[in-house]
Amino acid sequence: MKGAERINPLSDLSLGSACQIVSLELNGLLRRRILDLGIVPGTLIRCIRRGPSGDPTAYLVRGTLIALRSEDASQILVRKLSNGEECV
Amino acid sequence: MILSAEKKNILWQNFLGIPITNNQFSVALAGNPNVGKSTIFNALTGLHQHTGNWPGKTVDNAQGSFQHQKKIFLMVDLPGTYSLLAHTVEEQIARDFLCFANPDVTVVVLDATSLERNLNLALQVFEITPKVIVCLNLMDEAAKKDLFIDVPSLERELGVPVVATAARQGKGLAELRKKIFQVATGSVHPSPRQIIYSSDVESALKELLPLVENISNNTLSPRWIALRLLDGDQSFLKSLSNYLDIDQTSFQDWEVSKCAQ
Repeated sequence: MKGAERINPLSDLSLGSACQIVSLELNGLLRRRILDLGIVPGTLIRCIRRGPSGDPTAYLVRGTLIALRSEDASQILVRKLSNGEECV
Repeated sequence: MILSAEKKNILWQNFLGIPITNNQFSVALAGNPNVGKSTIFNALTGLHQHTGNWPGKTVDNAQGSFQHQKKIFLMVDLPGTYSLLAHTVEEQIARDFLCFANPDVTVVVLDATSLERNLNLALQVFEITPKVIVCLNLMDEAAKKDLFIDVPSLERELGVPVVATAARQGKGLAELRKKIFQVATGSVHPSPRQIIYSSDVESALKELLPLVENISNNTLSPRWIALRLLDGDQSFLKSLSNYLDIDQTSFQDWEVSKCAQ
């Protein structure tokens, strides 16, 4: 089951779909900021809305909408939720 | 050496621009943005502090006072922050105030509708000072979302008094005043839950602690200083040396003026 998991950057997530955070490949202050907003490994996150030029993207995390630049979201790794897993 | 009342007055006056007198208790209000800090501030002090974002670096325009049991409480409304560890101006102001101004009570206001995200800040404040009260605000909003919060259990888990409020309706404010009074006067001693880090971090802390205990003068938690040293948090270290300098000079000035008398 685990071997079949596909790990993707958060920025690849399509509108409306949800996934689970696997790891943050960010460093320093940005990493700290993202952690402080409650985006930590294991957190469920859903892609809600995208800016007109495809950037930034609004994500629903723990009941709060948070906008991230795709540049930053591309360094957050997620795995798709398998069927039946509870979504945000 | 505990920060003496006179020394504290000098610090508040010179460093923060807030005049405080010996018979006043100081209360800091901290919390995430938009949790109703200013609403609570206004409700307690009867002021009309502009609710909205913090205007910038000034601290002195967000203070007010209230009386309870014939004691005066000077309240400082801090900028809303998610954390005390990243480096926006707001976070620095809030962090420096909590670390260096040594308030008698810190009230951490949490949004009852998104506790998960809000508790992060509470845990950080717990590392700085034990004199903390958690105020669960927006309980009315939580009820609308069918959220039920087990306040006694939360209180037990956190180790500090937890007061549920709905500041817009004025609910829970009497209880909040009472708890502020109890913590300030020392009739209630909170023992906030401390985060235990991985064994690597904890053993590094153990090595650092004896070295930082000297600088902290017991006014600032040595554990907090050691943690920031491990972080390599330049901004905090800058504030720390800044504060130590100011503290030294203003204290010397004070001694000189005393001698002159």
